[in-house]
Amino acid sequence: MSAPAVQFHHDADRLATDLRHRELVHTALSKYEVKRDEMKARFQDWQGARALAAATKRKAISQLDRHLEQLARGLEARGTKVHWASNGRQACAIIVGIIKARNARLVVKSKAMTAEEIHLNEALEHAGFEVVETDLGEFIVQLRGEAPYHIVFPAMHLVRGEIRDTFATKLHDAPSDNPEELTMVARRVLRQKYVEADVGITGANFAVAETGMVSVTENEGNARLTAALPKTMITLLGIEKIVPRLEDLALFLPMLATVGAGQLISGYNTMYGGPRQPGEADGPEEFHVVLLDNNRTALLADAEQREALHCIRCGACLNVCPIFRNVGGHTYGTTYPGPIGGVITPHLRGLQDWKHLSYASSLCGACTEACPVKIDLHHHLLQNRRNSAAAKPSWWQKTAFKFFVPVANRRGLWKLVTRGGRLGQRLHPLIKGSRLDPAYCWTKTRELPPVAKQTFKEWWRQRK
Amino acid sequence: MVEATEMKAANHDTNSPAGEQRASERANILARVREALSVAAPADHGEAAAASSIPAVLPAVGATFEDHVALFQKNAVELRAEFKVVNDASDLVAELKRLAAEAGWRQVATHRGELTDAVCPALGLPTVTAKSGADKRELERCDAGITECDALVAQTGSVVVTSRSAGGRALSVLPPHHVVLARREALVAGLPDAFALLRVRYAANYPSMISFITGPSRTGDIERILVLGAHGPKRLTVLLLATPP
Ligand code: SF4
Repeated sequence: MSAPAVQFHHDADRLATDLRHRELVHTALSKYEVKRDEMKARFQDWQGARALAAATKRKAISQLDRHLEQLARGLEARGTKVHWASNGRQACAIIVGIIKARNARLVVKSKAMTAEEIHLNEALEHAGFEVVETDLGEFIVQLRGEAPYHIVFPAMHLVRGEIRDTFATKLHDAPSDNPEELTMVARRVLRQKYVEADVGITGANFAVAETGMVSVTENEGNARLTAALPKTMITLLGIEKIVPRLEDLALFLPMLATVGAGQLISGYNTMYGGPRQPGEADGPEEFHVVLLDNNRTALLADAEQREALHCIRCGACLNVCPIFRNVGGHTYGTTYPGPIGGVITPHLRGLQDWKHLSYASSLCGACTEACPVKIDLHHHLLQNRRNSAAAKPSWWQKTAFKFFVPVANRRGLWKLVTRGGRLGQRLHPLIKGSRLDPAYCWTKTRELPPVAKQTFKEWWRQRK
Repeated sequence: MVEATEMKAANHDTNSPAGEQRASERANILARVREALSVAAPADHGEAAAASSIPAVLPAVGATFEDHVALFQKNAVELRAEFKVVNDASDLVAELKRLAAEAGWRQVATHRGELTDAVCPALGLPTVTAKSGADKRELERCDAGITECDALVAQTGSVVVTSRSAGGRALSVLPPHHVVLARREALVAGLPDAFALLRVRYAANYPSMISFITGPSRTGDIERILVLGAHGPKRLTVLLLATPP
């Protein structure tokens, strides 16, 4: 097993039986579920909206080269510097270079999963800058030295008492465990940072090819402030974030908020096309957009799974996934957890090291049904399994099939084995759940389903 | 060859090493994209054929001005924003004065604009005007930011501002109370109408920032419990002028 697989199994084993953790995830998501369904119902045609969104994204990605050039042209026309990075290392180097050239020290940052993907904070801190996450959830996990637990709700795994303790030790300011008071502590601390910071870094949820803009979705206003006060603004985004036209946002903004957070639309949806323009009162003097590939083109080259690039990172597939809900976000050990993580991580970080995430699914298909852009998630998980097995067959699977195939192909042998199974099950309770049990992996936490009393053939004969 | 000239056109500094690298990464990425796209993706799940139009799938909006006022009102209540329709400019001044007295404003911030110019001086308060070179610390000390807007969206209860029409980027998000002054024509039915309006108004030259603001600043990052005023304004008041000033 690869090291990430070992870690996954270890953490999954621990958390799947942690009832407190399960309770926490359940409470956090149950409020969301009610609001999500309420907002979906407000759409005149939710299924129609999904179809339209899927078709729009398909169009965007099928002409990605043209759209990217158009995006860059539009941005550059308004004085934006557009940078292209083939991988995370290049993107970090570009960003560090920009900050160094401005002699900056303090960087404020609003939530960006792409930045997590390329470990931007480590690179910036290594270069000697102070980086402050401004999204409340990200701010909390940064203080604790953790990775975000969920792509939309980073601090979902924490309760107020834990957050109070974190604030008390790290900020020496924690009046109570009241969420409102804790939020105000963060507001006070971060206000100062916005005003002092030299550079602001944001992610982006969409990029509009036609008008040359990036669109940033948030609820707190932290990204607005990050993009308003510092002299230099940098936006990092993956090349797949494209939508063709400005009007497409009229569809995507409410869909993202509905399934992402159970809101009809998020608090702030802001499109940026350049640095401060002549006649505008304020805004950054410089605007840099960093377009990141980082193996997205490898996923693009897999025509069968290309549509995974349609993902708008809403998190809906995580929220409905029985595996995510049981093992939690950190267990995945990578930036994008849940079903979408299981599909794309093997492409972004290597199939053999990360294929276990494609097996972390019951294939129930809840994710596919939840996805606002209709990505066929559970089939892509199967395709990853197929591809990984074809590229590197496992010896025990090969051996198992060597025994299975002849049995399954010979009627007499098959009969013998199924009969044996029924007999075996009668004796099974003697060793069930013990180390002698050949089905121990399963039976240590679950009941085995009973073997049918008769085979279909027997039943059919009797019926006649 | 075509590639090379394109690269030059997009990067003015191709003669510096960093510029060269930038140019070549651009070419590399675009080449990988084209190579990947040379194999067509399998047919879609029938979406393209089934697709209707954006307005037909989004939440319903009424037909008349009154419907839109009612819908905006309903959304505002849900979002914990304040919304009021006032008759004329003098009512607008009276409403602002009421807000100022009630919240004890000592200093406000605003920008130059037809509506703001018409009503803000009547407040008789020290006023910071957002313009180039204005001090962000001073803006931060104001009790309220008063701005105009481009549109109000009934469908979602959103306020559309831009860096050109609403005093830049910070004015609508830095002070703790954002007061929006809107003309009757600003109220549109749905999001597609708001984007259409932006296109008509700005297509030749878009402002550097367009923001759809929906309710006061909010977070649910601690146990998914709603808290207002996470970073931006704790209060959002929208005043709609029913008649032209
Ligand atoms: S795969 Fe679909 S449901 Fe999952 S995060 Fe992406 S867009 Fe959302």
